[in-house]
Amino acid sequence: MTRRRDDDHAARYCQSVARKIKIPATKYPVERFTLDNGLRVVLAPDRSAPVVGVAVVYDVGIRSEPEGRTGFAHLFEHLMFQGSENLEKLAHFRYVQGAGGTFNGSTHLDYTDYFEVLPAGALERALFLEADRMRGPRLTEENLRNQVDVVKEEIRVNVLNRPYGGFPWLKLPPVMFSTFPNAHDGYGSFGDLDSATVEDAQAFFERYYACGNATLSVAGDFDVAKATAMIHRHFDDVPSRPAPSRPDFDEPGLDGERRDSYTDRLAPLPGVASAWRVPDPIGDFDAYLPYVVLAEVLTDGDASRLVERLVQRDRSVTSIGAYLGFMGDEFQVRNPTAMLLQAHLPPGGDADKVLRTADEELDRLVSDGLAPGELARTQTRIATHLLRDTDAVLGRALPMAVLELQRGRPEMLNELPRLIGEVTEAQIVAAAATLRPERRATVEVLPGAVT
Amino acid sequence: MSQTLPDLVPDAKLKLPREAERTLASGLTVIAIRRPAVPLVELRLRVPFGRTPLPRATLLSQALFTGTGTMSSVDIAAELQAVGGGLSAGLDPDRLLVTGNSLAAGLDRMLEILAAVLTDPAYPKEEVATERDRLVDHIQVAQSQPAHLARAALLKRMYGRHPYAVQTPEAEQVRGVRPGQLRSLHADRVRPEGSVLVLVGDLNPEKAIDAAEKALGSWTGPGKDGDVPPTPPLEPGPLLLVDRPGSVQSSLRIALPAVPRTDPDYAALQLANLVFGGYFSSRWVENLREDKGYTYGPHTAIEHFLAGSALLAAAEVATEVTGPSLLETLYELGRIASLPPGEEELEQARRYALGTLRLGMSTQAGLAGLASMYASFGLRLEHLRGHSADLATATRDRVAEVAARFLAPSRAVVVVLGDAEKVEAPLAALTSVTRDGAVPS
Repeated sequence: MTRRRDDDHAARYCQSVARKIKIPATKYPVERFTLDNGLRVVLAPDRSAPVVGVAVVYDVGIRSEPEGRTGFAHLFEHLMFQGSENLEKLAHFRYVQGAGGTFNGSTHLDYTDYFEVLPAGALERALFLEADRMRGPRLTEENLRNQVDVVKEEIRVNVLNRPYGGFPWLKLPPVMFSTFPNAHDGYGSFGDLDSATVEDAQAFFERYYACGNATLSVAGDFDVAKATAMIHRHFDDVPSRPAPSRPDFDEPGLDGERRDSYTDRLAPLPGVASAWRVPDPIGDFDAYLPYVVLAEVLTDGDASRLVERLVQRDRSVTSIGAYLGFMGDEFQVRNPTAMLLQAHLPPGGDADKVLRTADEELDRLVSDGLAPGELARTQTRIATHLLRDTDAVLGRALPMAVLELQRGRPEMLNELPRLIGEVTEAQIVAAAATLRPERRATVEVLPGAVT
Repeated sequence: MSQTLPDLVPDAKLKLPREAERTLASGLTVIAIRRPAVPLVELRLRVPFGRTPLPRATLLSQALFTGTGTMSSVDIAAELQAVGGGLSAGLDPDRLLVTGNSLAAGLDRMLEILAAVLTDPAYPKEEVATERDRLVDHIQVAQSQPAHLARAALLKRMYGRHPYAVQTPEAEQVRGVRPGQLRSLHADRVRPEGSVLVLVGDLNPEKAIDAAEKALGSWTGPGKDGDVPPTPPLEPGPLLLVDRPGSVQSSLRIALPAVPRTDPDYAALQLANLVFGGYFSSRWVENLREDKGYTYGPHTAIEHFLAGSALLAAAEVATEVTGPSLLETLYELGRIASLPPGEEELEQARRYALGTLRLGMSTQAGLAGLASMYASFGLRLEHLRGHSADLATATRDRVAEVAARFLAPSRAVVVVLGDAEKVEAPLAALTSVTRDGAVPS
């Protein structure tokens, strides 16, 4: 294959940069304990700013929704904000914001999170609010119908009324997976949302929102002893309920390439997204991690392989990105999951050609390996991204809660930059070698807009 | 079992981070702020860019890192990556904004690369052509997005012939931009005088400024007068309905007058805005979303440009409830303009304003964005003290008085983007409606 003219350039400087800079690490202290009722707690104090982040994560997500109830995990997340034992409707929002804080929640494939960021003096209030809804939300017909309406508007904003809505996170799983838990639409059909009942919600809470199925984490400006006392004060009397057994959602990998396409009536330009199954992010972390680095080798910035080739040289895509996990939550997703590659194409763009070129570049990586300095610079940039995320209290509280929930290892957040830095070229090459067309699921979005 | 809400522990006194500032011989102001929590540094550079031709300025911002006399775009990206760095550029109607970050140990290298881009830009033909095509595609995609279309229609309606009226160029205009034009625009306007560089992170402020002075010493040249004339006052009139056939939601947009951050009315206006629609626990959100279920994420914000400020409200509402949504919106505006806010709801908004200000300062990126934005309006972080005091002391009467002047529905400029065939009659039942041409859907 021909090499591009910049290669001489690249080789010249690269020899001089076999990691001039050491990848630094954070040293956030991490305390862990479990309450008698089974709630697992993580504390990560850091007094560099007078703010705290509080996160509660439940081990239930989109994959646990029953058939006929697509979108239910997300709808239920909304219901957790609608009041609880000591809190009227609207009270949760008002108490958090009236303390100078912000809040939100989000529903993922494998977990659902709830969080607040507040001035340090509001810590106990946030703990009170989370404990109150952990005891039980107020599930009423009126609130349910109201939130079904709100969720429909959310789906209209994010999926139905805009181009590329749900591409590819809702469009690719049904092509790649065969079983309902992995393949279905996590936002839900309007029919399923409309038929949801208060009884469904009560049963969902009873089953999945047990404190034995949850983690609580607090990060930021607090005293460990005082925070521990507060947590006991508010959470000790949450009734103990055991965690439900979590099904194994694994399914066999693809036995051949899968393709699908659809027309988006609002989209002016074509797009394509592919996914390949990757090793179990938790059970086989050492084999999984190289894919995280590989994704950045392929698409992080102008010096990455696929951006250089497809965006700049061939001009066959206008943008391209590779990442792990359908929701981009690389260290917070369970098996089965995938590495995704998505691209937007110029007018008249040819998705097949884009995929063929990506295959070519993967072949080249497998046969020639990496250029001098290529791995080191990519790892260094990933380290910056990871460290930058942890500067925010929520960037510690949330991932630590999920790492505790899924791995029992919240301190892994401190270790990730180093672990990324230890991935070897041989591991990257081996990972790239698995990204074969016959293991790939692809969905194409065809432009349907009149332009 | 019933439990009581724990009290809040009062906030400690506002503590500003350690910083240093120097204006270099070139006229570039450098502000360096220390927050060593993670071993990184954030970089923001704002260059005055008012009254630049929009298509060229937009493409320049997309093509700024395509090459220098000695580095290709790939070299630039790779060299930055090697120190954990990345730089990108964007544009608003007043400024060219460069945003970046790197490992703290990579600050000098990032500054050197930035200096090369600023002083020795190449705008290579091939790379510029690539960026031009990408920008054209990007504009085309933007024009299929309701949020973009609604904003574009609102800006035109608000600003008329003022330069702020159009903030995204037409694809056709971008197609005509040549590399030579970018080189001259760069030579003419990418100048240090009047520009502000902000560095925040794990750094010694004085040493960081020394590093910036060393790296950027060769970036010289006087600034150009880019002052934009003051924005015209909003002219209320009939609701502008922009047709988007088949749209399953209507994009409701409202513009109201506002004042700059330094105005004596600003803190009271900020509080009035919060009570009306500026946060989740506001009247508008609680009514439209939590009571009626008409919408998912309605929000309002005060938007500041150098030549004027405005209060903007936005909601995507289901097509079937477009009329009722406008009804509730006009009701809530009328209510806050006519009646004083409740004591408790004002205190809640006040605590939110004061608290989120602290949250915004709690990260390197937050501090960098805040300091850079403030600096472009001639303010420093010190302004936070006075502003906090104003927020803390604004009385209910003052907020009511300001709300009556700024949030009155009679002063609103209203634009709705939606399926005109379905929403025109319900809207016309509430207010007079004028139509614009259809946009492609």
